[in-house]
This record gives sequence, structure tokens and C-alpha cells, in this order.
Amino acid sequence: MDTVPWLSLITFLPLVGVLLIATLGSDDSEIIKRNVRNVALFTTIATFIVSLFIWVNFDYTTAEFQFVEKFDWLGAGGQCSVDGAVPSDGSLQLPCYHMGVDGISMLFVILTTFLMPFCILASWNAINERVSQYMMAFLVLETLMIGVFCALDLVLFYVFFEGGLIPMFLIIGIWGGARRIYATFKFFLYTLLGSVLMLLAMMAMYWNAGTTDIPTLLAHDFPASMQTWLWLAFFASFAVKMPMWPVHTWLPDAHVEAPTAGSVILAGILLKMGGYGFIRFSLPMFPVASEVFAPLVFTLSVVAIIYTSLVALAQEDMKKLIAYSSVAHMGFVTMGIFSAAVPRPDTGAYVVQGLQGGIIQMLSHGFISGALFLCVGVIYDRMHTREIAAYGGLVNRMPIYAFAFMVFTMANVGLPGTSGFVGEFLTLLGAYQVNTWVAFFATTGVILSAAYALWLYRQVVFGELQKESLKQIADLSPREIAVLAPLIIATLFFGIYPKPLFDVTKVSVDNLVEEHQSSMASYHSANSVAVVGPDQTEGN
Amino acid sequence: MSQQLNSDFPIPDIVVALPEVILAVGGMALLMLGVFRGDRSTRTVSWLAVLTFLIAAVVVIQQPGDRVVAFGSTFVVDAFSKFVKVLVLLGSSVALIMSHGFIRSEKIERFEFPILIVFATLGMCMMVSANDLISLYMGIELQSLALYVLAAFNRDSLRSTEAGLKYFVLGALSSGLLLYGCSLVYGFSGTTTFEGIALALTSDGASSAQNIGLIFGLVFLTAGLAFKVSAVPFHMWTPDVYEGAPTPITAFFAGAPKMAAMALFVRALVGPFPDLTPEWQQIIVFISIASMLLGAFAAIGQTNIKRLMAYSSIGHMGFALVGLAAGTEDGVRGVLIYLAIYLAMTIGTFVCILSMRRTEGMVEDIDDLAGLSQTKPLMALSLLILMFSLAGIPPMAGFFAKFYVFLAAIQAELYTLAVLGVLSSVVGAFYYIRIVKVMYFDEPAEAFAYPMSGEMRVILFGSVAFTALFFLYPSLLVATATSAASALF
Repeated sequence: MDTVPWLSLITFLPLVGVLLIATLGSDDSEIIKRNVRNVALFTTIATFIVSLFIWVNFDYTTAEFQFVEKFDWLGAGGQCSVDGAVPSDGSLQLPCYHMGVDGISMLFVILTTFLMPFCILASWNAINERVSQYMMAFLVLETLMIGVFCALDLVLFYVFFEGGLIPMFLIIGIWGGARRIYATFKFFLYTLLGSVLMLLAMMAMYWNAGTTDIPTLLAHDFPASMQTWLWLAFFASFAVKMPMWPVHTWLPDAHVEAPTAGSVILAGILLKMGGYGFIRFSLPMFPVASEVFAPLVFTLSVVAIIYTSLVALAQEDMKKLIAYSSVAHMGFVTMGIFSAAVPRPDTGAYVVQGLQGGIIQMLSHGFISGALFLCVGVIYDRMHTREIAAYGGLVNRMPIYAFAFMVFTMANVGLPGTSGFVGEFLTLLGAYQVNTWVAFFATTGVILSAAYALWLYRQVVFGELQKESLKQIADLSPREIAVLAPLIIATLFFGIYPKPLFDVTKVSVDNLVEEHQSSMASYHSANSVAVVGPDQTEGN
Repeated sequence: MSQQLNSDFPIPDIVVALPEVILAVGGMALLMLGVFRGDRSTRTVSWLAVLTFLIAAVVVIQQPGDRVVAFGSTFVVDAFSKFVKVLVLLGSSVALIMSHGFIRSEKIERFEFPILIVFATLGMCMMVSANDLISLYMGIELQSLALYVLAAFNRDSLRSTEAGLKYFVLGALSSGLLLYGCSLVYGFSGTTTFEGIALALTSDGASSAQNIGLIFGLVFLTAGLAFKVSAVPFHMWTPDVYEGAPTPITAFFAGAPKMAAMALFVRALVGPFPDLTPEWQQIIVFISIASMLLGAFAAIGQTNIKRLMAYSSIGHMGFALVGLAAGTEDGVRGVLIYLAIYLAMTIGTFVCILSMRRTEGMVEDIDDLAGLSQTKPLMALSLLILMFSLAGIPPMAGFFAKFYVFLAAIQAELYTLAVLGVLSSVVGAFYYIRIVKVMYFDEPAEAFAYPMSGEMRVILFGSVAFTALFFLYPSLLVATATSAASALF
């Protein structure tokens, strides 16, 4: 089993689907469209099954990277092998093709492969023009998204991370709504602007550490002054991707204009790349800067939670409301992640709950927000409007839909028993231990989220069915039930029994926090020695 | 001077310059063929010219990689010159093949056309191998004179003649600047060979006044060379010439001459002036930043795709200069990788531009591409890949081109240059993806009338395949460029 490159297999399996679709022909006849859809669906399901196999064989007991593959790539002549380290003679190691997963990235890979079939199904009837191009764009996007979570080399990571912009740009721009061109340009340029600074930071890291290998860099100590700049550059990229207040404004536009499946991917996975980046790079590689900047992140997170929740209350468009709620929920994630960066004021220990909660929150938000967009898509496909005021009393005609929508609304609010609760509670728990006020303000955000989510639900589902146009609306079709049912099961299952998620992540998360604690301890001791030391002319 | 000048018949020197000899003899033979057989032989002459290029390229590749100087060390062959010459010959032959359909349909099918390209290419090869101020100037002038004529080749067209004249007047000015710089450098160092100048700078007797004189000469030299690579602030000719010249000539301008001029730029700064690196570095940093920013911002408002490509080339030369600004071996490697990838991208783009033909003739507006994804899906996909590559989005080749030059800039601690560079690449991305938007998001316009010819398809396919799949196997280019760059240090 060691000989099979499992991660490359799932990463590039979707491209096989792309080739198959390319051979089917591109004209819009019914038979080709049906074949294209089937190929896309089978490809994504096959990818999901292989990724499940990886999950089953994943070793929970170690924080090491698993399923590692390492090959020569950017002109590195024979330097790249699985046991190869940085050249000892001080020469630079060129970027390698290095893949691997640990407890943190494993579940994001599963989330990606899990959501993709639903995206294909959700586009089944909604997308009727240029179907083969659409499916190809989605499958290419899947390859790039899986690659982001598996890449263990900075350059490789960047290639996947940025490459994802191309298919998403096309998906929003071709199949989007009325203002799609504005939205997709904004999305593209915003994200690119953040990322190019990260690219420069990666180059600076390369010259400092002599390698772009992520596992080696995780153990490398960057000088404290350099960490500040590197952290800020990475922050520029991930904060836009996440998105954090005040650089979130591209998200509502992109969500509103994107086709339903595009919104699902955007909310479900692309946003998580930002959080994943914080956990993979910012926190462990720049521990000192992370601690210094944690108050900044807390402030921005709290502002995001409260401000965007208030903004969500004022929305008239369903997708926009959910988009703003995504920004608020990502606020919990950043707050949770960086609660691991600062010590508890009383004991000086570093806490893991916030970080653990951040990961769980991202995963659960991945399928909850995805499901909410799917729910909006269901009625949008019927009525072709997303305006909240255009609906009302849907429960009379669509009881199954009302039930599904209710589950996801409650999960979005963070009701105990749904997966939304687990993550939100843990991030608050983590934040409470390091800063009570942050937790206090963030908790008010929970109340606000209940306010807007329940208001939306009431406006759309309850009340009298007065509007003529809604009198004939049909309940969920079997295909739609097939899409939403697994998501309902996942939401409730992981809400009641989240242990499988913790099992995978625990060792890696604990290890990350321990590493952080020890590097901070050595930083502080080095600093105090420097100040006291007799032969030092300057402190630090 | 060396003793070789005294020997009456330097046969070994001719062997060193064999590719140039082949080009010169081939060019003259083709000229005779053309004169005797008239304009109906144009197609034959053209293919024979391509054959000459290929033979020359094979000879270049066969030459030993070690550094060899000839003709009293005015002429040098090393891994660096070999690398760039292959690019130049490739660019010239592809441009020539691309022109076939165009010159026929525009009724400018005259046999001088391929021959002028041969002589321009000969000049470029001389530039690349120049190791002396005199041979540098000879190469530049041979190239430039042929290019002036080519720009005005469609002599019945007002725009084309205007482009040729503009190019000639400004080019003559820049040659004057260059020559003035050369004479200053000669005056203060007492020699014209690059090694001699380097030696004069490092020798103990070098006074500070002498150094200042050399710096003045260096500034004029840089100005002249910046004109040839169309770097800001000597870029003004580029948009007009690109727009006015016949499109295959524009494609030619965007490729081979840029490679040669950039290579000469690198060698003329790194070779004779290694000890003045901090001085010329400042200048290069400035013109690099200015070119990147101007290329990015000025292109936004363009509606003509040839003008857009002109500004794009200004920007790209700015990016390539980032590597030179670093002044290191890694920087020069970055420049070489950049040039190779840029050549591939612009060739593909110009194939698409040359295919923009309706029944009433060539069209050049970006809006004429509207809805191309529905009328010509494959051409649209190719142009999409090329545009994302020009914008520097991974995993396309254009990303790796930028990656290597910025890597060198960060190593040289030129942070301002690097930050401004990547920011201008974001601005630049805007106009490249605007073309994608026009092709993919807009309603289809009238389809282009004629299908691409077979050779155009092959060229486009090669260019797109290289651009899109470069990331799979970058090692060959990177390794070749690495050894080529090390030849200069």
C-alpha cells in the first residue's frame, strides 16, 4: 500500500473525468449533456470513495504526515526523496513535488471530495448551457482544491492555491447572475492581490531556511523581526480568502452572482483554505508574530461576528444573508485558531480547545452553509428569485423542504445537537480562557445569528401562503432529497457524536500547540538571557 | 589587442562564428534567388530562410558549451549566447512561418520580406555574441536597419509607413545615445573589449574621475539598450510601431529582437561593469519598476489588441529586468527563463491575433473577440491559457517565469522592487482577464471567417502545450538556463 501514490490519485482523478468529458464533445445536445453529467458525477463519487479509503487507513496516533509522496519537480536533480532532508552543505534545496496529509488536512480533503458530488447534482438541471465546460471547470477546481490541502511544499501549495482562481473565475463569470462580471472580477483581483504578497513571503522564507519543504519549515525558527513581515504577508492572503472583516466585501457579491454549486464550493471549501492556511503556516511557522498579532485577529474577528451579523439582519436577498452569516462564522474560526497563539493569563499555558473548535467549525460550516445555499438553490430554481419578500408560507406546499431548511437553519444558529454547536462552543471556550471580553462579545454574535437566521426562516417558510405564484410550487424532488439527506445526517450525526472528527485531529492539534508553547518558551528564555547577559550591548 | 588579429586568415575564428556565417551566406544566396526569380519565389525563399534558421540553430546547439572568444575577443560564444541564439532563431523562424498567409492576403508578398528577417536575425546573433563595444554596435545596427524597413514593409499603408518612420527616427536617436555612451566608456577605459573595461575598472590605477566618466558612459549605454528592449522611459515608440506594423512583423518584434536586446543588455552590464553593480543596479531598478507599472496601467485603456500587446510587452520586459536588477547569477537565470517562456506565450497570442480575420479583412479590436468561446472554442481556450499565463497565474508557465525573477530579487533584498512588481502584476492581470471576459462572458460577435492554416495550428498548439504543461517538466529549461547564466559569472 505504500507503493500507491494515494494522494496524487485523488488529486488528479478528477482530471481523468475532464479528459473523458473532453472526448464526449461539446455541443449542447441532450444526450451529450446527460453523458457529461453522468461522467462528472461518477468521477466525483469515485474520488470520494478513494478519499474515504485514505481516511480509513489514516493513523490517528501520530502527528506525522502520512501517505507522503516526494518527487523531483522544479529542477531538483535527485534531491527529493521521502527521507531526504535539507542538503547539509548549506546549499539550497529546490522545490519538490511533496504531498502528504496529517490530522489537520485529512478532514478538509474528505470535506472537499464529500461536497463535490452534491455540487454536480445541484447543477443537474440548473445548468443547461455549456454543460461540458461547466463540469470540466468544476472537476479542475476539485483537483486544485484537494491539492491545496495535500501539498507539503510552499511552491506546490501556491500553485494549487492560486490555480483555483481560474476555474472559479469562469464559473461565476459564465454561469452567474446579472452582475456576474463585476462579482467575478472583484473576486479574482481581491484574492490575487492578497496572494502575491504571500508569494513574496514564501520566497523570503526560501532564502532564509534554504528550502520550501513545509515539514522542514515547521521546525525552522525564523528570526522574530522577519516573522512579523512574513506573518503580515500570509495574513494578507488568508484574511482575504477567509474572508475577515474588512476585506470581506468580495464574498457577498461573489455568492449572490455565483450559480448554486459555485456558492456551495465557495462557502464550503474555498473559504476554508484561509483557515487552513492560518493553521498550517501562520500559527506554527511564525509563533512569535502570531502571539503579537493575536489581539489584532481577535478584534477583527469580533468586529466580523457582530458587524456582519447586524448587516445580515438587514438583507433582502437570501444568498447575501447567508454570505454575511458565513463571514460571521469565519470570525469564530479565526478567533478560535488564534486563541491557541496566546497563553492563558492566569496559568501561562496554551489552550487547544479554540484551535480544535476552529477546525470543527470550519468542517461543519462547510456542509451547513453549503446545504443552506443548496436550499436557496432549490427555491431559486423554481421561482428564479432570491428575494426574501417574494416568499412566505412555503411550509404549506413544501413540508419536506421546510424540515430540511429548518435543520440547517438551526445548525447555522449553533443549536446543541447539531454540528454547528460543537465548533462554536469550543472556539468560545478557547477564547474565554485567554480573553474574557473577546468571548463575551463573540457570544452576543451567537444571539444575533439566531435573530437573522430565524427571521429568514420565518419569512420564507412560515406565514400564510398568499402569493399567487407560490400556489403551484412543488416539494423536493427525489434528486433534491438525495442531495440534502446526507447533509442532514452529517449535521446531526456530528452534532451528537463528534468523536470521529476529534479522533483524526486531536494528535496533530495537540502537537501543534505543544510545539507553539515550546518555541515561545525558548524565544522568551533567549530574550531574557539577551537582556541580562553581560556581553550583550543591546537587548533582544 | 590579441595576437589573433595579426594572423592573416583566422580560420578557427570563422568556425566559432559558423552560425552567423551560415546566416550571412544564406541570406545573400536567397537574395540572389529572389532577384533572379522575382516575387513569385517568395514562398520558396521564405521556407528556405526557415531552413537556414534551423541549420544555424543546429550548429549553435552543436557548438561546445565552453567559453570561446574569437576575432580579437570581439566575439564570444558561451552557454549564455547559445541559449539566447536558439531562442532568437526559433522566434525568427516561427514569425516567418506565421507571416505566410498574412502577406499573401494583404498583397505584400515580396521576396525581400524573408530576407530582411534573415539579416535582422543575423544582427541579433551578433548582438548576443558581442564582446566588444564595436561588435555590439555593429550587431545592433544590422538588426535595427532591417527592422526599420520591415516596420514600413506595407508601403501603401499610411499606418505602416508611419510606424517605420517613427521607429527609424527614434531608433536613430537611441543609437546615437548608445554610441555616445560607447565613446565615453572607451575614452575613460582606453579599450573597447568588455574584459578590458572590467580590467580597467578594477586596476589599482583606476581613479575616481575615471570611474565617474565610466558611469556617465554606462548611463548612455543603458539608455540606448533600454530603447531596444522598449523599457520605460524609452518605450514611446512601442505602441505605435506595434499597431502600425504588419501583424506578423509585430509578432516578430515582440519575440526575437526582444530576446537579443535583453541578452545584450545583460551581457553589456554584467560583463564589463561587475564592479559598478550598485551603480547600474539603481538604474535598472528604476526602469524595471517604471516599465512594470506603465505596462500595467497604460494597457487598461486599450481597445486595440496589438496596442495592448505593446504595453504588455513593456510590462514583461520590466519583469525580466527584475532579474537583471538583482545582478546575480540567479537573477540572470531568471531573465533567461523569463525570455524563453515569454517567447512561447507571445507567439501563441500572435497566432490568435493573426487569425482574427473577417471577410472584409483583418480586425484588431478586443471586442471583435466577443463570444469566441462559442464560435471557436479551441482558439478561445488557447487564448484563455495564454492570457492567464501572461497574467502570471499558476499553474501556467508565466507564473514560473515571474517566480524565478522575483526569487532572485528577494535574495538580493530588493524588497521594494519585488512588492511593486507583484502589485503591478495584479493590475496587469486585470486587462488580461478582461480579454478572457470578452471571449467567455460576452455575447458572440460575428465569427471569424477563415479557419487557421495547418502550420498556424501547429505553432499555436506547441505554444499552448508548452505554456499549460510547463509545470510538469520544468527541469530541462531551468537546468539549461542555470548553466547559461553561470557562463557570465
